Amino acid sequence: MSGTQGWTAAIVTPILSPMSSNTLIRRVLKPVVWGLSLAPALWLAWLAWQAVTVNPDALGANPVEYLNRYLGDWALRFLLVALAITPLRILTGWTQFTRFRRLIGLFAFFYVVLHLASYIGIDQFFDWLAIWKDIVKRTYITVGMAAFVLLTALAATSTKGMIKRLGGKRWNWLHKTVYAAGILGCIHFFMMRKGLQLEPIIYGGILLSLFAVRLLGKLRRG
Amino acid sequence: MLIRIPKASDVKPSEITPKSLFDERRKFLKTAAVAGAGLAIGSIGGSAEAGTVKLPDLTKTKWNAETVGKELTSYRSVTSYNNFYEFGTGKTDPITYAKDFEPKPWAIKVDGLCENPGTYSYEDLVNPHKLEERVYRFRCVEAWSMVVPWVGIPLSDIIKRLAPTGDARYVAFETLNDPDRMPGQKRRVLKWPYREGLRMDEAMNPLTLFTVGLYGEELPNQNGAPIRLVVPWKYGFKSIKSIVRISFTAQQPPTSWNMSAPREYGFYSNVNPEVNHPRWSQAKERNIGEFLKKPTLMLNGYDEEVASMYAGMDMKKNY
Repeated sequence: MSGTQGWTAAIVTPILSPMSSNTLIRRVLKPVVWGLSLAPALWLAWLAWQAVTVNPDALGANPVEYLNRYLGDWALRFLLVALAITPLRILTGWTQFTRFRRLIGLFAFFYVVLHLASYIGIDQFFDWLAIWKDIVKRTYITVGMAAFVLLTALAATSTKGMIKRLGGKRWNWLHKTVYAAGILGCIHFFMMRKGLQLEPIIYGGILLSLFAVRLLGKLRRG
Repeated sequence: MLIRIPKASDVKPSEITPKSLFDERRKFLKTAAVAGAGLAIGSIGGSAEAGTVKLPDLTKTKWNAETVGKELTSYRSVTSYNNFYEFGTGKTDPITYAKDFEPKPWAIKVDGLCENPGTYSYEDLVNPHKLEERVYRFRCVEAWSMVVPWVGIPLSDIIKRLAPTGDARYVAFETLNDPDRMPGQKRRVLKWPYREGLRMDEAMNPLTLFTVGLYGEELPNQNGAPIRLVVPWKYGFKSIKSIVRISFTAQQPPTSWNMSAPREYGFYSNVNPEVNHPRWSQAKERNIGEFLKKPTLMLNGYDEEVASMYAGMDMKKNY
């Protein structure tokens, strides 16, 4: 592992050298990550605008389902990317990856909120009784809601002020629950599909391999 | 990703050639092409692409656009939003991956407890009958619905010709199992071939349709060409597609979704707003093309025609 880290650093450092790594991150990489993270939402907004103006088929035959699935897919993808930050750091040795963790985690929460909002406001059209029944009776929705509650707590405590207020140790412990949110998200996805389908298995597989890299990193460090 | 900004000069939907006229032109071109090919290679025939062939002389029935109580779902939605896992699990997979499927020539094997078993061609089965148009409500187990003008023959008329014996209490159906022609079967989403079944009285019910078309045309591949079932008071998955086998049995036959998840999908699978799927409510449905969900009707609104078959049966237990 240390060999890998050696050559990665050897390649990355000269690239970074004209600018300080700090400036590069703030001026270039962060805006790029912002842009990439907003792209799925902007694309969806574009499709929705198309659907109501010129092309009723832009969101397919069942736009409500399309909207909800699309947002759910991206919520889970961003959650997995957030969970991939530490494994990436372990694999490459580039410690600066960590500086994108909060941003990407918050974007995961952003898509989770939109996914839930589309379920409440569009799919169920604010039928609160039906929503409540879903949450208590339908296991995959219970699981999804549990992930949402966890991620809300993490988003709410994501500021520097909250780290200070909670104390590093407690804050760290709380933010470990992001693993649970990842697992719940994958189960939620697996459960809503009929039959033995491929995509939920792929997402689950990615999550497991991310855990494996972390575990491996821990073992190496002893 | 391709972002397309419509220009003022673009064709508006209203300016597109009416479907009937478009079809006439296509048919003319196709006939010309086939004739040309025939001259070139010395053989005439070459079945036309499914889904574009008009079915003539349809008998209007009491199940028509006026009596169905809802607007027809657009042809585009009916043929582009499909559950047909033999061609993939996404809703638009069937229209994409069934494009090159050749539904003809087609044969159905008939076996089991009947007097006329054997292998019947599509023409053997369909040609002796007059085709009817039946506009039915169609309710998927996933809580969406459509209204579709199907074309077919009452299944009872077909079954009478096959002459089941007195011991035959069920009819079992099987879909084609050929991963080369149905690429979705390369993955084991379900145990192939897809299987479905009906009790004999359900199969003989006047509503049950041996279906060969929709919107006045032969069935498009993605809708189960060339022969499927339509059982309008049951969830959509009971209406098995691309049938290659019909068996008459004494025992209740195994059915695919019941084998996959017995707690979620029963043999009967009658549309019932009071019996929920374990993972979601069946009380409401979203009709494709509408925004708000509407209450689901008992037996999909066909209770007058079919409820007597289930008199005294516990619909919650026999879901």
